[in-house]
Amino acid sequence: MSTAPDTSVLTTGPSADERAARAPWALTAPALMLFVGILVIPLAMTVMLSFHDWGQYKGIEPVFILKNWHEIATDPYYAEMFWRTFRVALLATLITAVFGAPEAYILNRMSGPWKSFFLLVILGPLLISVVARTLGWALLFGGNNGLVNKFLMSLGLIGSPLPFMFTETGMVVALAHVMMPFMVLSVWAALQRLDPQIENAALSLGASSFTIIRRIVLPQIMPGVLSGAIIVFSLSASAFATPAIIGGRRLKVAATLAYDEFLNTLNWPLGAAVAVLLLVALVLIVVGSNALIERRYAEVFR
Amino acid sequence: MSFLELDRVAKQFGPQTVVDDFSLAVGKGEFISLLGPSGCGKTTTLQMIAGFLDPSRGAIRLEGRDLTAVRPAKRGLGIVFQSYALFPHMTAAENVSFGLEMRRVPKANRSERVRAALAMVGLAGFEDRYPRRMSGGQQQRVALARALVVRPSVLLLDEPLSNLDAKLREEMQIELRQIQRNLGTTTILVTHDQIEAMSLSDRIVVMSQGRIEQIGTPQETYERPVSAFVSQFLGKTNDFAATIDRTAAPARLVAGSWSAPAPAGIAGPVTVSIRPERIGFGDTGLAAKIVTRIFQGNHWLFQCETESGPAIVIRQNDGQPQPAEGEAVRLGWRPEDMSLRTAGGAK
Repeated sequence: MSTAPDTSVLTTGPSADERAARAPWALTAPALMLFVGILVIPLAMTVMLSFHDWGQYKGIEPVFILKNWHEIATDPYYAEMFWRTFRVALLATLITAVFGAPEAYILNRMSGPWKSFFLLVILGPLLISVVARTLGWALLFGGNNGLVNKFLMSLGLIGSPLPFMFTETGMVVALAHVMMPFMVLSVWAALQRLDPQIENAALSLGASSFTIIRRIVLPQIMPGVLSGAIIVFSLSASAFATPAIIGGRRLKVAATLAYDEFLNTLNWPLGAAVAVLLLVALVLIVVGSNALIERRYAEVFR
Repeated sequence: MSFLELDRVAKQFGPQTVVDDFSLAVGKGEFISLLGPSGCGKTTTLQMIAGFLDPSRGAIRLEGRDLTAVRPAKRGLGIVFQSYALFPHMTAAENVSFGLEMRRVPKANRSERVRAALAMVGLAGFEDRYPRRMSGGQQQRVALARALVVRPSVLLLDEPLSNLDAKLREEMQIELRQIQRNLGTTTILVTHDQIEAMSLSDRIVVMSQGRIEQIGTPQETYERPVSAFVSQFLGKTNDFAATIDRTAAPARLVAGSWSAPAPAGIAGPVTVSIRPERIGFGDTGLAAKIVTRIFQGNHWLFQCETESGPAIVIRQNDGQPQPAEGEAVRLGWRPEDMSLRTAGGAK
């Protein structure tokens, strides 16, 4: 570039304002292209796929019909399966909240090396595959050969193996275990924002420990619990590995059903419809509850 | 009998002694400041009175009964924290009301007392505001109202004004003093700001490295500091090395070309400590040269180089002509304005 006053830019090139307006687009272009390329386009194709026809012998026919959606809407099998998906996810979320929030609180009050150690214990499992973690449950509770079942039966405490595999209870317990770190992390983040003197302040005003937790700490970490709940709920509702291992073919949820339609029945359009419905339902629930939380806590936490 | 009494209180964290041999008797209605640099143990002392920390040794008594056996929640003290520690999910009124609820004050009575407390700190009409929507000064007032509404036997203030800007801090100091006088609440303030300690307190406890350096009224500690630490921490001071000249009769105290009759019973090398505003320019005294002259509105600040080291002099801007930079002057002061320290300690 020359050092002379650059008047040519003003006449031939774009003005400074135009360039400033263009800069954000140019800078975000790589990320936007990636987003559109690997998320928006396949998603749009999946939505389109859900309106196509499928037959045992004719395969996929690219026509526009509502057959799949009609089937999902009318066959109670799908309704039951979606209810199960959300019931399991909700219960898993409740369990992570009930156990994860106190866990984070206790962790936050630990000192020095113990804090780091237990943080590692809580977050460590995130480094291990969900499949491995879920298989652990299967090894402990799976039928007659499960370690815990064997042990309890040898003691004579139970006559037959505890029902765990292929039950909703098993699925909820395993999911809650897998999702726990997300809840702990979310509550932990909220606890970090807490004024360290605030419990002393309540104490000096005559509050008991229970009152301090119920009236001072809990209301302040509630946004953390709720955002953790949103994460856990959406991950649980769309989880595949854990329901697939614990629930198997007998107890399907939306994700395992879509998988089976795609890879076993080869009815891609129906699988696509299930997947799209799961996505839409999740987006509605997450966006809805997020809006609710933001309105509820807007005044206090800005 | 004193109202609040700390008797040889000490606190150790592992091998480290943070507070040692702290004894203090506080009278009812007195305003005491614990003053010292950060890490001197003043906050630790306050926390032991509040009950958040247990003393390793010693006793704390309130009206004769042992306070260390009482749980913090039952001590009935009011505390204002440096960060205010307001409950962010509660309105100003709910914050103030919390302590009354814990004491099971009936609801009708409660709301009346909350309103009165907020009015006392000048926040009438702010009942339904959340702390995040208030300025630092307003939050501070809410914290004060919250601590005072329960009518505490002792009010503990942990650097309550340090987060405010200078002008607001001065306003709050005056207001705090007035409120404290009106209510007659025994108050202990922790601060590192000597101006704040001096303008608010009846007595100041100057602390350094976990020990009490001096206890006295603001004037005593400022004008008769017992140690180099106290004189340097409370405002500016000049230290000159001096000797006793016994060849003269009577003996004279000599610092360079300045001299005065030596006080009785003093021997060996001493340090003369003199406040900058007590030094005058004259015809005799310590020979010095003005290095810089700074105008500060109501006074002039001179930095001088004397034969006994650097010195600062403050002169009132009273309209009289003042020496210019580079000018040779002589520094003099009245013997009663200085304090003397021998190597072993204070005079």
